Amino acid sequence: MSTETAEKEPASKVDLAPGIGGGGEIPTFDVTLKVRRYNPEVSDEVHWDEWQLTMYGTDRVLDALHKVKWEHDGTVSFRRSCAHGVCGSDAMRINGRNRLACKTLLKDLDTSKPILVEPIKGLPVEKDLIVDMEPFFQSYREIMPFLVNKGHEPTKERLQSAEERERYDDTTKCILCAACTSSCPVFWTDGQYFGPAAIVNAHRFIFDSRDDAGDMRLEILNDKEGVWRCRTTFNCTEACPRGIQVTQAIAEVKQAILTRKI
Amino acid sequence: MSKTPAGTLYRGREGMWSWVAHRITGVVIFFFLLVHVLDTSLVRVSPEAYDAVIGSYKNPIMGLGELGLVGAIVFHAFNGLRVILIDFWKKGPKYQRQMLWGVVGLWLVTMIAFSIRHLAVVFGG
Repeated sequence: MSTETAEKEPASKVDLAPGIGGGGEIPTFDVTLKVRRYNPEVSDEVHWDEWQLTMYGTDRVLDALHKVKWEHDGTVSFRRSCAHGVCGSDAMRINGRNRLACKTLLKDLDTSKPILVEPIKGLPVEKDLIVDMEPFFQSYREIMPFLVNKGHEPTKERLQSAEERERYDDTTKCILCAACTSSCPVFWTDGQYFGPAAIVNAHRFIFDSRDDAGDMRLEILNDKEGVWRCRTTFNCTEACPRGIQVTQAIAEVKQAILTRKI
Repeated sequence: MSKTPAGTLYRGREGMWSWVAHRITGVVIFFFLLVHVLDTSLVRVSPEAYDAVIGSYKNPIMGLGELGLVGAIVFHAFNGLRVILIDFWKKGPKYQRQMLWGVVGLWLVTMIAFSIRHLAVVFGG
C-alpha cells in the first residue's frame, strides 16, 4: 500500500465512502446579499443594492462582501483590517443586529431570505458601510483609557493578585468595534451620551488595583451624559462580539459612583 | 447626513422591547394623570360639574380604556421593579430575561383577575 501512495499524497487521509465527495469539498449555497448604499459624491439618496452569490459553507458575511467588491462592484465600501475578529473594524448591522462581518457565518443566517447589511446606527455615515468613528473615539479618550499611577515607578512590574486581575477581566476584552455603542437606543437619539464602549473601558481601569485615577473617571461618568443615561436595554450586551457583559459592567460603575467603593 | 429610506428596525431582544413598552406605558400613564388631575380638580369648581364629568366615564368604551390603563400601570410597576433590581441587585443584569418573564407572568395573573371583576362591573351593569 505504501509503495503505491508514496509518490502522491492523498487530498484527505480520512477515508470517505464514494458519493460523499472528496476530502476538502465544502458545500455551497446561494445567498442574496443586500447592502445599503450611500455615496454623497453621487447622490444624497440612500438605496439598496442586491447581489446573488454562490458561497461556501465556511464563508462569513465578510467573504460575501469581498466577493461583491472583488468580482461584482468595486465601489462597495466597508472597513476591515484583520478579518479575524480582533481589530474591530467591520462592525455592521447584519439582518438588523450589530455584528462583526468577519465573525458571522453565512450558514448561521437565514439564507432563504436576503441578508441585509447596513452601517451601524447613530454615527454619521460617510460612504456605504463606513461611518465616522470620531464621536465614538472622542468619548473613549475622555474617560482616560490609560494607567494612571501616582506612586513611584517600581523597578520591576506592578504586582497584582489573581483576584485583583479577575475583577476587571471581562472588560479587558474590548476591541473598540463600536457594535455596543451603536446598538444603544439612547446613543441613537443622544449623541452626547458616552456610550457603552467608553464605560466598559473606564470600568477596565476603575477596577484595576494598580490604577489611581478611579475617582476621577467615576466623576467623569457621574455626568448627565454619563452612566445614568443607560436604560438597561441590554442591546450592547447582545451585540458585543467579544461576549463582554456590558450592561453588567455599566451597572457596576453605577454602583461604584453611588457607594464610592471600588 | 444620509436620509431616506430609514433602514431596517434594530432587532433588539427582550431587553429592548421591554424598554420600549416601559416608555410607551409611561407616556400613557402621564397623559392619564394629566386628565386625572384636571377632572379631579373640577371638584373645586363645583361638585355637580365633577359628578357630570365622572358620570360621563361610565360607558363601555371608557370601561375598556380603564382596562388598558390598568394594564399599562401594572406593567410599568412590575417592570419598574425589574429595572431597579437590574441596577441595584448584583445578579440583576444576569437574570434580567428571567425577571422579564416574571413580570409578564405577574402581569397576566393580575390582569386576568382584574379583567374578570372589572368587565363584570362594566358590562354587568
